[in-house]
Amino acid sequence: MATKAIVGEKVGMTQVWDEDNRVVPVTVLRVSPCRVVQVKTPETDGYSAIQVTLGVKDANKLTQPEAGHFAKADVDAGRKLVELRLDDVSEYTVGQEISADILGHGEKVDVTAVSRGKGFAGAMKRHGFGGAPASHGAHRVHRKPGSVGQCATPSRVFKGKKMPGRMGNDKVTTLNLEIVKSDSEAEILLVKGSVPGARGATVIVRNAVKGA
Amino acid sequence: MQPTDLVDNLSKRNDIPEFAPGDTLKVHVRVIEGNRERTQMFEGVVIRRQGSGLQETYTVRKLSFGVGVERTFPVHTPIVERVEFVSRGDVRRAKLYYLRDRIGKAAKIKEKRDK
Repeated sequence: MATKAIVGEKVGMTQVWDEDNRVVPVTVLRVSPCRVVQVKTPETDGYSAIQVTLGVKDANKLTQPEAGHFAKADVDAGRKLVELRLDDVSEYTVGQEISADILGHGEKVDVTAVSRGKGFAGAMKRHGFGGAPASHGAHRVHRKPGSVGQCATPSRVFKGKKMPGRMGNDKVTTLNLEIVKSDSEAEILLVKGSVPGARGATVIVRNAVKGA
Repeated sequence: MQPTDLVDNLSKRNDIPEFAPGDTLKVHVRVIEGNRERTQMFEGVVIRRQGSGLQETYTVRKLSFGVGVERTFPVHTPIVERVEFVSRGDVRRAKLYYLRDRIGKAAKIKEKRDK
């Protein structure tokens, strides 16, 4: 599991030039400092994690349970509570602030977010099926999934058969992306390549669990 | 105004002169040979300018020993040391691809003079 993590918001994609003047495609993440609201340990909760909040939320708009939770931690209320599962939480205390500088240039990270919803998608888009020929007698079958099974045996369609349906809006993690720039003053993190989610989506950045 | 402006503005250059398709430019390009750096000049006609913001690029065409050579540069690339404006061209199109089929006098662009 990851040893450090931070929550951000996807701003969009752009490009920067590296020291060799090559273009690097980057995703811009806005990472305002996260405040630790609760520290979960194996003794008390059965697993280790930290719960953080970010941004600000009007005190009038808090529900009573929310207000009580923030008051107990003595932390300014934020607009979102996010739990970050970590290996070791002994370095974290309630009220502590986490900023972008925990991740440095060149570090490998995993980025998790909820992917953009694609609605009801066909088998070609959703599962990468080949579809049917465009011509040679193909009639109204160009993007259909084809056969879904056999005949009298087993005389049913197997469970889990890949078919058209709702696509996207899933929790997706992209592994081993590189941090191009981390600026805690500007509250910005630049990650090489694309990350899941729409602009404005909440993303979780953790140091890479696989790879170097 | 783009959402990524806060990052883009750091790489944007403001020392690039204004120019449009049809104009003639001298582009001074940094070339690294081994560990030595020198400047190479690429002079020609701008035949295209496309994209916007940090991603904007332009293409310069010139004739080199009778062979047409085109180079595309991002407007804000750091490998360009400076862009020297030579002359304004009198053209009626945004993309001057027709120059590729022309040679000699037909490929010449009239200079635009301010009245």
